[in-house]
Amino acid sequence: MTVLHFSTYVIKKLFQKPATHLYPIKKQKFFERTRGHVAIDIDACIFCGMCSRKCPTGAIGVDRTAKQWDIERLKCIQCSCCVEVCPKKCLSMENAYTAPSEGSVKDVFHARVPDNQPDR
Amino acid sequence: MSKRSIVPFGPQHPVLPEPIHLDLVLEDEKVVEAIPSIGFVHRGLEKLVEKKEFTEYVYVAERICGICSFMHGMGYCQAVENIMDIKVPDRAEYLRTLWAELSRIHSHLMWLGLLADAFGFESLFMHCWRLREQILDIFETTTGGRVIFSVCKIGGVRKDIDKDTLKGIVTILDKMQKELKELTDVFIEDYSVQHRLVGVGVLTKQEAHDVGAVGPMMRASGIAQDMRMLGYAAYKYLDFEPVVENDGDCYARTLVRIREIYQSMNLIRQCVEKMPEGEIEEKFKGMPQGERYERLEQPRGEVIYYVKANGTKFLDRVRVRTPTFTNVPALLKVLQGCELADVPMMVLTIDPCISCTER
Repeated sequence: MTVLHFSTYVIKKLFQKPATHLYPIKKQKFFERTRGHVAIDIDACIFCGMCSRKCPTGAIGVDRTAKQWDIERLKCIQCSCCVEVCPKKCLSMENAYTAPSEGSVKDVFHARVPDNQPDR
Repeated sequence: MSKRSIVPFGPQHPVLPEPIHLDLVLEDEKVVEAIPSIGFVHRGLEKLVEKKEFTEYVYVAERICGICSFMHGMGYCQAVENIMDIKVPDRAEYLRTLWAELSRIHSHLMWLGLLADAFGFESLFMHCWRLREQILDIFETTTGGRVIFSVCKIGGVRKDIDKDTLKGIVTILDKMQKELKELTDVFIEDYSVQHRLVGVGVLTKQEAHDVGAVGPMMRASGIAQDMRMLGYAAYKYLDFEPVVENDGDCYARTLVRIREIYQSMNLIRQCVEKMPEGEIEEKFKGMPQGERYERLEQPRGEVIYYVKANGTKFLDRVRVRTPTFTNVPALLKVLQGCELADVPMMVLTIDPCISCTER
């Protein structure tokens, strides 16, 4: 049986840098494979609707006539199922997480609109 | 005989990470009986199988539990693969084993932390979780997720790990083993820790057998039962023995889990060494037809997956029998006759995972 087992540890730690990051100033680094959010290259999309059919949570909506692709960010579980089934490989999984929000967030993308900006 | 009183314990309690309710019947400070009630986090995941395609259900199976999530997905996949006679490539089996063993380390480290927290050793709790963070980082580099990996699929795995990363994992584990030794020495040797654990909540070999305990709970009582010995995934190629202790008290259960961490590290090294090159996924066609029981060893014990398929893309039934569910009778057994102050220790040493239990 021992007592004061941590004393050497405490002395060692006194001379080391803090283990935590100052979060808002120093941003967290992501790993290459980190699944953060689904991104789309809307110009390459052919609106086949495969992603929408295969999405386990039904987060993705595709409207072929309006040439519109939308995703409900809080419904998405980042499984990257849609990325795998996309025939044109226009979907990709990006590292950064989506920003915190109060209600449900629906990101809508339209093809062939000026500047191709997401219409929120 | 003194007057009996009932103390409600849970569903919200400082030592409980998840909601379980126990009505403790006390005589003075002694517990004479404990009456459990569960059902606070039921989510109806088994019913969902009728709405989701069998390939999609892997994502649901993974979300049954947040800690052994990979092994839930793996159990479900193995059951469906066995129904459909899919031969999973060797490399995929090794990768599954690797992630499963990493999950075991992460789960046991988390449990050690929670145990330290339960007996009031805050710094030990922080250090356990600090080490666990490195394992979570390995998960994130290799799979992309920290808790839910979504790498298991029917027929294999989604992501491969290259040689350098595999070597990196072993290096991290080697370094971690030294740091872990410092921590586990505290659990094994420290006076105050022993004071709370030794001789508390003894479950004898016969009792463990009678109430049907599983996992570390059973192995701490001297029964060498480990589902990994069945040789699923790559365990048939690896060399290991079940970890057994004979005392059956809280201290023995802690020792079993500590030794299992080292065993898992050893298994991962073997995996990396023996991992063959090749495909990571087998393509398949058709729908499953038939039924299958699959048994796996999770960090908490044996989990049973029952899958019944009817030849369409929707399965008839999936039933999960989780280790905590089986360990609740064992918990009630050890609670009889213990002190009220020791109840949190007992509840923690079965490593409760209530959301698994209620699915």
